[in-house]
Amino acid sequence: MISYTARRLLMLIPVLIGMSLITFSIVHLIPGNPAQTILGEQATPQAIADLEENLGLNEPYLVQYGLYMRDLAQGDLGTSLRTNRPINEELWPFLAATIELTIFAMIFALIVGVNAGILSAWKQGSLFDYMSMFIALIGVSMPIFWLGLMEQWIFAQELGWLPAFGRENPRDPIDTTTHFYLLDALIAGRPDQWWTAFKHLILPGIALGTIPMAIIARMTRSSMLEVLRSDYIRTVVAKGSGTIAVIYRHGFKNAIIPVLTVAGLQTGTLLGGAILTETIFSWPGIGRYVYEAIGTRDYPVIQSGILVIATLFVLINLTVDLLYSYIDPRIKY
Amino acid sequence: MLRLAALIGVVSVGLFVTGCNNNDNEVTMESNDSNDHEVNDHNDLDNEGNELSADQTLIFARGGDSVSLDYASVTDGESSRVTTQIYETLIEFDNNSFDIGPGLAEDWDMEEGGLEYTFYLREGVTFHDGTPFNADAVKLNFERWADPNHEYHFAEEGYTYSVYGTQFGGFSGDEDHVIEEINVINDYEIQFVLKEPLGSFMQNMGMSYFAITSPAAFEEYGPLINENPVGTGPFKFVSWSRDDRIVLEKNEAYWQDGYPKLDQVIFQVIPDNAARLTALRSGEIDIMDGLNPDDVPVLEGEAGIQVFEGATNNVGYLGFHVDKEPFNDPAVRQALNYAIDKETLIMTLYAGLAEPAKNAVPPGYLGYNDHIQPYAYDPERALELLAEAGYEDGFEFDLWTMPVSRPYMHDPEKAAEVMQANFSEIGLTANIVTMEWATYLERTEQGEHDVFMLGWSGVNGDPDYFLSNLLHGDAIPGGNRSFYQNDDVDRLLNEAKRQVEEETRADLYEEAQSIIHEDAPMIPLVHSTPVLAGSDSVKDYVPHPSTNEVLTHVYLAD
Repeated sequence: MISYTARRLLMLIPVLIGMSLITFSIVHLIPGNPAQTILGEQATPQAIADLEENLGLNEPYLVQYGLYMRDLAQGDLGTSLRTNRPINEELWPFLAATIELTIFAMIFALIVGVNAGILSAWKQGSLFDYMSMFIALIGVSMPIFWLGLMEQWIFAQELGWLPAFGRENPRDPIDTTTHFYLLDALIAGRPDQWWTAFKHLILPGIALGTIPMAIIARMTRSSMLEVLRSDYIRTVVAKGSGTIAVIYRHGFKNAIIPVLTVAGLQTGTLLGGAILTETIFSWPGIGRYVYEAIGTRDYPVIQSGILVIATLFVLINLTVDLLYSYIDPRIKY
Repeated sequence: MLRLAALIGVVSVGLFVTGCNNNDNEVTMESNDSNDHEVNDHNDLDNEGNELSADQTLIFARGGDSVSLDYASVTDGESSRVTTQIYETLIEFDNNSFDIGPGLAEDWDMEEGGLEYTFYLREGVTFHDGTPFNADAVKLNFERWADPNHEYHFAEEGYTYSVYGTQFGGFSGDEDHVIEEINVINDYEIQFVLKEPLGSFMQNMGMSYFAITSPAAFEEYGPLINENPVGTGPFKFVSWSRDDRIVLEKNEAYWQDGYPKLDQVIFQVIPDNAARLTALRSGEIDIMDGLNPDDVPVLEGEAGIQVFEGATNNVGYLGFHVDKEPFNDPAVRQALNYAIDKETLIMTLYAGLAEPAKNAVPPGYLGYNDHIQPYAYDPERALELLAEAGYEDGFEFDLWTMPVSRPYMHDPEKAAEVMQANFSEIGLTANIVTMEWATYLERTEQGEHDVFMLGWSGVNGDPDYFLSNLLHGDAIPGGNRSFYQNDDVDRLLNEAKRQVEEETRADLYEEAQSIIHEDAPMIPLVHSTPVLAGSDSVKDYVPHPSTNEVLTHVYLAD
């Protein structure tokens, strides 16, 4: 187990180097001149030339990449062209915002998806089964931005139950220490702020979590169906165990592995897919951070932002792989 | 596993129930907390008998974040919208026009036919850090912009003060740099000596780019001045979370007694237009910009909402590359001018919130030539002109279309389609071409286009800013993407620029516009009216043509 973990961690290095080269190249293929974009359409040619000089944009491609890698090896993600600040310093609040939203969306997707899947499998062929699978089908095919706007319209504008944007009430901001607002509100000893932060999570969390929720529901259902038909379940039922024990203790434990795979993959996807949700709900997350950077051609931020997202993606997959062998010791590598 | 599942079940049911039952509106709930704030010495009623809100926090929602709070180093409107609250300029524009009045300078003199300006500064003004505002501070700020080697110019950190260069003819040492010297006469008197007169000098002094920062702040923050602004304005900077919000608080020591009225101003980024409108309707924000013109008629009848119309201060146009065939023939350019149905364009794309343009300068500007007979919509006349020019069979060209929405062009693609239809009526085939925004600006600047769509917004209320940037030969390459060069026009614009007598300037600009009208290097399409929406509790808010207004007088009433 330990050697397997170590091997997997070592394999990360070439993967990350490959990713850095890809992000670096993609970013440099974007047409247009960053200096012009930073200075605006009314800038003088001289000012543009000066800025290019200052930013090192005149250096050849490989030299720029070499410099980038050297800094990266020292843990330096570069300096944002837009803000003149080290990306290391800037990144965390955005990253934390996205992680918090992703975790919430995933918890939502797991609670609703797993339970709907299990119930559908248990009551296979019932009205509930058909309904939930129908909803799951819609959930998979629903555009996030449309769902988000509908949520805002119904729950924020018409009903006034939930806030339409942001992570907190701007009139009463949360003192940030970790930048996970639910945690920060607790640290600050403000249950009212915790509740506010929680309410801000609901609409974007549902918008973001709907697709994985639907996928997990379908995966749980089919996985459970297979397990429920197996001999040992028949034995457990014959022994007279209660329904809940049969489903959750004996059935679901064995059905969980494919669900876990899907959940892991979906969590990775959410990190990248969060950008639409973050835009609609003004969620200041990593997706928005990179998006704004693209608009201003903030090369270092685009590169580092994508690299960080990709690294997280790889790490989540690694965690899922490691979890397999923990949950099911038969899985050996 | 069983216990975990049971827990998940209980929690999810619990969440669902509390979620559904909790109807209390967050905004009202939290606003009670503002009792923690100091109670202000507001009167309870305003002039109209409305009760003042207990919470004087205004949330202004916009589509994008500020780029920098070092105002002179950036040109975007979102940055100056915030810095206008924090910083002040020597003179200030009227609250709804570009008429100048006292600001940090109470009075001023012009001598030597516009070669010397003396400003008499307001006494007893302090910066937010408690240091006094005086003539030394003014001198330091101007020298900082003008001199690339100045210790506070921060050139190595990538700061460039391009607007200073544009407005004052370059930087220290440049031949055309117009400011020769700045003399501190005493603490409250400062003199600017110019090499030659500059017609827009006073207007420049009111531009938000040339506001005064505390010298102590440069000392303290160095290049991080862009996120630690310290000025003399009505609001003090509190915090900035990128892509989220900027928080400002009342400057209790502000020199105007009884102002500002608001305790706090929050500039909140909400990128999506529809989401911003939802936030306004649900009462989470107080003012929003970037309102879609189509929403205006709906909002005007809506309870609790008011619509603010700003003054026209821009031009959206279609430019020709005048060096390229067939657009090198003025008759062809005039023909295309006659072909465009501006009224329909305005009704369909601007919901009526624009006026047809006939000049490159918006109406109301000094020297706006109102005698010009616009090229009316007249396809017959267009056909005649085309025939005279030898193009009776029409021709085909690329119509370059902006990829982004701008105040002067809300929906460029649709606008291009409308014009495409107009052109097809006179037998011309316009192929709509679009590309990414920065590329678009770059390639039009290099003159790769036949016909392109663009616009320009004013920042200081001076016609030179429009005409010299868009149509002067010196602005090639640059703002003059029509590559139009007429020596008479260049001479008139140069003369007007170096002239301080307003009437003379006006005459020169009028004459230049007549020539430009005949030459028709562009089709001036519209001057659009910017619209904002707000809650009806917002009082005394007046949008400024520069699109950034200081919120000193604004307050909230129930």
